[in-house]
Amino acid sequence: MFGILRTLWLTFLHMGHRRVTVGYPEHKPPLPPRYRGRIILSRDPDGMERCVACNLCAVACPVDCISLQKAEQDGRWYPDYFRINFSRCIFCGMCEEACPTYAIQLTPDFEMSEYLRPNLVYEKEDLLISGTGKYPDYSFFRVAGVKIPGKDKGEAEREAPPVDIHTLLP
Amino acid sequence: MTVPMPLIIGVTLAVLLGLATFLTWFERRLLGLWQDRYGPNRVGPGGILQAVADGVKILFKQDWIPPFADRGVFVLAPAIGMMTVLLSFGVVPVTAFWSIAGNLNVGLLFVLAMMGMGVYGVVLAGWASNSKYALLGGMRAAAQMISYEVFMGLSVLGVVMQAGSFSMRDIVLAQSGLWFIVPQVLGCMVFMLAGVAETHRLPFDLPEGENELGAGFHTEYSGMKFGMFFLAEYAGVVLISALLATLYLGGWQGPLLPPPLWFGLKTGALVCLFILLRAALPRPRYDQLMALGWKILLPLSLLNIAATGAILLLHAPG
Repeated sequence: MFGILRTLWLTFLHMGHRRVTVGYPEHKPPLPPRYRGRIILSRDPDGMERCVACNLCAVACPVDCISLQKAEQDGRWYPDYFRINFSRCIFCGMCEEACPTYAIQLTPDFEMSEYLRPNLVYEKEDLLISGTGKYPDYSFFRVAGVKIPGKDKGEAEREAPPVDIHTLLP
Repeated sequence: MTVPMPLIIGVTLAVLLGLATFLTWFERRLLGLWQDRYGPNRVGPGGILQAVADGVKILFKQDWIPPFADRGVFVLAPAIGMMTVLLSFGVVPVTAFWSIAGNLNVGLLFVLAMMGMGVYGVVLAGWASNSKYALLGGMRAAAQMISYEVFMGLSVLGVVMQAGSFSMRDIVLAQSGLWFIVPQVLGCMVFMLAGVAETHRLPFDLPEGENELGAGFHTEYSGMKFGMFFLAEYAGVVLISALLATLYLGGWQGPLLPPPLWFGLKTGALVCLFILLRAALPRPRYDQLMALGWKILLPLSLLNIAATGAILLLHAPG
């Protein structure tokens, strides 16, 4: 009995409390930089695509919303097309964790509503940004031992020159 | 001073239906206030047009009667629920001269009779829906409302004894010295609890019981037929508040302000109290509800009658 009256009184006192609701479209709540929102594809500091079309993101994706096709030019691998179906995406961030080249990243943007479902399928043009995203200095081809124009085998950062297999000396 | 009858009926009906519609929004805003959130605040100033938006939406919904339902009774049930509540207002005196039925000498009995009829609205809705959850809700409603009607009737007897009349106007006039809530505090509390149960409002909304019965007796209802149940519930809240104000809080009487304003103020405050009950209290289990009724409220109201009778006899002249 006393408990009931006390509950009533305490609830009544909540009249003077601040409301916790954030009036969304007018007041946008601050999102942390690591918020998992809209997915983008970043470029390396040289302005080239970071994605090497390894398909790890597509494999890691629990809802199979990523689809891509490998293409090759001058030793560099890149996606011929890269498609994310955002009507399936659950923004779990597994693709970002799986990516070996920091290419695929999640951003603090979630306002991507559409009236038509097909509009939620983002192509590479929609995903690719001109910047480097969260990792400004990283470039996969600078540290990888892959031969590309302007960088031969053994010329990557912290890479020893390739072993000459025609000599007997160690 | 007499006010023409059609005017009274028209104004009362308009005010009541408007008030019931308004309350659907007002309750949500008030609940929001007490739960540290906003509630509907988008449509119109402060969200007040939300009630209009809901009304328009519910009016344009398809009027669907399930093929397995008993059509006649299914349509009749919400009408009964609405009608009994509206008829009860006929005897509520807003001022000494403002009451549809005039000075009906069995006014209080008429209200109790209408509440008894009101049970049919819920029970028939549950029965005619012909589905298990609706039937369970209807069964609960029958048990709950019939048993709480007993204490409701008994609890107001103290008031009737003190006033010496069943007429609502005489009851209010008898409170010109002291409001009945002071000598009849026990009866007032029992009446209030019974009123909450009678309108099956939270925390006594077991006939609806969303988490176990879907929506209880109105599971199968949609569109305006559901809207009728909804409006009847809010009109019921206003009715119980108006009755409490009339029977225990001195009705239209009060200093300075004009009588209708006093009546409105008291009723409004009680409506807010009803909403506070909803905001604060969890729903009891079904057996707890029945135990509370039969094991606590019934003896209390009988005690109240006995005590009131004894005191009245002791102070009787001659």
